Amino acid sequence: MCLAIPARIVELEADKAVVDAMGNRWRARITLLPEAKLGDLVLIHAGFAISLVDEEEAKETWQLLAEIADFEDTPNKVSG
Amino acid sequence: MLERIQKAQKLCDAASKALGRQINIMEVCGTHTVAIFRNGIRSILPKHSKLLSGPGCPVCVTDQGYIDTVLQLADREDCLIATYGDMIRVPGKTGSLETKQAKANVKVVLSSEDALQLAKDNPEKTVVFVAVGFETTAPATAVVVKEAAVESIDNFCILSGHKLVVPAMRALVSEKNHNIDAFLCPGHVSVIIGYGAFAEIVEDFDRPCVVAGFEPMQIIEGLAEICRQLSAGKAELKSVYAAVVTKEGNTAAQKIIDECFEPADGYWRGLGKIEKSTLKLKDKYSRFDALRRFDITQTQGEDTSGCRCGEVLCGLIEPPECGLFGQDCTLQEPVGPCMVSSEGACAAWFKYGGAGNQETRV
Repeated sequence: MCLAIPARIVELEADKAVVDAMGNRWRARITLLPEAKLGDLVLIHAGFAISLVDEEEAKETWQLLAEIADFEDTPNKVSG
Repeated sequence: MLERIQKAQKLCDAASKALGRQINIMEVCGTHTVAIFRNGIRSILPKHSKLLSGPGCPVCVTDQGYIDTVLQLADREDCLIATYGDMIRVPGKTGSLETKQAKANVKVVLSSEDALQLAKDNPEKTVVFVAVGFETTAPATAVVVKEAAVESIDNFCILSGHKLVVPAMRALVSEKNHNIDAFLCPGHVSVIIGYGAFAEIVEDFDRPCVVAGFEPMQIIEGLAEICRQLSAGKAELKSVYAAVVTKEGNTAAQKIIDECFEPADGYWRGLGKIEKSTLKLKDKYSRFDALRRFDITQTQGEDTSGCRCGEVLCGLIEPPECGLFGQDCTLQEPVGPCMVSSEGACAAWFKYGGAGNQETRV
């Protein structure tokens, strides 16, 4: 629930945006980040941008999330 | 990277030597709980350095009374329940939202906006948004409450389960668990509230508070900084998450929380009643408060017999110490929310708690 995903703003009208990350595009709002502009990388949480984020941090996070996705997809042999 | 890990290990070792005992660091973020497990961070910590999982998972700390209220509303023919996904499996007295989904009046949403849209699309029903989350998520709720007011979407309301992290940390360190030496503070909550919000924990309780992101080296940096402070005997407020966390936080988000909500006393699973620790809609927006709309008084719920989520959430026990863990309570058939939630300590322990995550025994 804490998790926020970095994404790039690829469309923007007023505070309604379309953001792009990891091969997906989805709608988000920049209501909480009025200074965000088209092309910016932002952290999205529960449909809202909460912070700007730099390229390096975004790339690290995407890589981590991709690893997690891979891990989740493979059968998990470790159990309690 | 190896160098940084070794440096962190030396610092942890030095800290436990300086204090002459085991040091206990509590993390209060569900994402940290999972990241620590997934990356086997416990296994690289030296002997005498222990990581405690705290009440950092919003679903896990939601009191049973709240869950039962949601289920009560789900039983109403005139209601549609809109909820984030991780809430739907939490068991209550009359089943869970998932079992009630069969009645088609429970919808999983990805954002508060979707919940408001549900109300617009279903004018003949009242949509109740199950608004659970810490300060990271509360602004998203506030935005749509404001919009509902402006656009007169009167068939929309929220059941606020929003909670504040700092009051919980206070309750923990002042009464619930006297063995916490320091806090690893949540990254994305801090984006909203600013790392300055933890200053009172440092000042009033003399505990180091360090904000870190959830990437493994971030966590290690955070732990290293905490141990450096413990060795020096001087608690400080720091953030190692410079990429996105500032001291003041996101002021636009804080403003909108403040416009719609006010702190109120509330019940937390495991921690009981904590003063001014939950968010309640201000009178100006009271018509969007499901409790007031449906005239419900929320009381503290009872946990299932044998479920020790409460103690897990206070860092007093580890999941395997609960008699239900792995037996009656599993990922497939969870009893308590710490097993239901993807960020719960019990779920993390169950999924990832192999040999690499046990405490290092030398």
